Amino acid sequence: MAIAKVLGVETEFGIAGGPDLDPIVASSIIVNAYAQQGRTRINWDFEGETPDLDARGLPGLTSFAPVVETHLANTVLTNGARLYVDHAHPEYSSPECRTPLEATLYDTAGEEVLRRALLAANESLEPDQAITLYKNNSDGKGNSYGTHENYLLEREVEFARVIRAMVPHFVSRQIIIGAGKVGAETEDGLETNPAFQISQRAEFFEEVVGLETTLKRPIINTRDEPHSDAERFRRLHVIIGDANLSQVATLVKLGSTALLLAVLEDRGAEVFPSPPRHPVRALRLFSLDTTLLVAAECEDDRQRTAWDFQDQLWHLADHYVEQRGGDAVGPPEQVRAIVDQWREMLDGVRDDRGAIADRVDWVAKMRVVNGYQERYDLAAGDARLRAIDLQYHDLRAERSLAQRVGLRQLFSPEQVREAVHNPPTSTRAYFRGQCVARYPDQIVAANWDSVVFDLGQGPLQRVPMMDPLRGTAELTSDLLETCPTADDLLEALDR
Amino acid sequence: MSEQERIQKQRVERTAEVASDVSVDATKGEQLKADLDDLLDEIDEVLEENAEEFVRNYVQKGGQ
Repeated sequence: MAIAKVLGVETEFGIAGGPDLDPIVASSIIVNAYAQQGRTRINWDFEGETPDLDARGLPGLTSFAPVVETHLANTVLTNGARLYVDHAHPEYSSPECRTPLEATLYDTAGEEVLRRALLAANESLEPDQAITLYKNNSDGKGNSYGTHENYLLEREVEFARVIRAMVPHFVSRQIIIGAGKVGAETEDGLETNPAFQISQRAEFFEEVVGLETTLKRPIINTRDEPHSDAERFRRLHVIIGDANLSQVATLVKLGSTALLLAVLEDRGAEVFPSPPRHPVRALRLFSLDTTLLVAAECEDDRQRTAWDFQDQLWHLADHYVEQRGGDAVGPPEQVRAIVDQWREMLDGVRDDRGAIADRVDWVAKMRVVNGYQERYDLAAGDARLRAIDLQYHDLRAERSLAQRVGLRQLFSPEQVREAVHNPPTSTRAYFRGQCVARYPDQIVAANWDSVVFDLGQGPLQRVPMMDPLRGTAELTSDLLETCPTADDLLEALDR
Repeated sequence: MSEQERIQKQRVERTAEVASDVSVDATKGEQLKADLDDLLDEIDEVLEENAEEFVRNYVQKGGQ
């Protein structure tokens, strides 16, 4: 049986402005502004971080381990998330969630966290130093930053099978979850010189499989850092994907991927469509083709469009849910809703884009870009069209275009507020978030798989959380209720 | 069939499908157009005034 697809999203936000226009300083101001509002001042604990381990088991000779930057602002929030400076961007890593819908809620809460951080930061800055934030993935000049997804997998699933099964989905899912982009920005992309392309990220991918995330980005990332019991679990770290402003797109991105991983665990890799012979080429070709008609040659000699791949993958997931249910992914009604939405979006991008412009980011963006271009008779790639592209992702309510194009909302403002402060209940994020909220003065640091306490005397005490499905409200809320202090908690855990 | 021929063929088939859709959904099309006009008016109000400079100044350090 497929194991529960515990999942989460990490987003690096684009950042502009700030003192001396230094993005690292600006990012630190953002993270500290949020932390100083009293919400948290707890540091991240780097113990156990191994971003240089390769899931293929062999050290890639051309791969360099990511640098872990321990000196930059780095905090744990009461909702179980991590907010920190990654490279030169503020990053929000959502808490571990149990279902795609919950993960979408906590991704949305992340936008709200950054919006609050932005307001607080700008109150302390001169107007000409004001910072702005963007939930996007590139600057239009060849620099990209990521939106990553994480999924829990059984350790026994061989990595070669993950590659065999998932490449078709990762090259083709952009047609329903791409965030859209005016023009191109890499050498290869500029050669084609498209007016508009489907994905923000596609043209930045250069390899099929690899360990790197900042250079030579691979479609399948092999980082083997489970942040849990490595004997039992893998964490599939997905670095290919756009930052979505559409909540429905985020839901279907996470839901479709989690379902296909469950199919892989239960039915094996052989049931998946044959991958393209040249995955990187197919990925970029699909992004550049807003007609969705271009096909790529596959290893079984057939030609498939991105739509063909998605159609075949949808049938695979639909059949799986019909036959076996989708317990690994979520409750039946939620899984059904995800499968139905996926179908509607897939049919919509081909047959009736007006019907899904409230859900598919690239369609929503292209509609206004084309409309604006037509209204003012602008040349393709005009600065105003690029400004529309950028402002689609602007986090400021007064500037955001995503907030104006009529995207369907899945959550009430109250639900989002709640998720800004409180952790999900059905993973270990509950225990982490609750500890941060209840015992802030006794916690010196926390990370994905442990919380470290300092009780003032004796050594620091680390509480390990090696199973993402323990530390839930069901398992720990009574305990936490009966422990008014951290001393009580650690004593109770010792018993 | 080459890639190009295949695209050509699909395009022809697709055009036929779209043509019949348009006649059925004419009213819906009008509504979408009106909505888009309102939206473009609103975009005019919030779009950064100096688009050229705004776009030029948005330069990021690469991330993951």
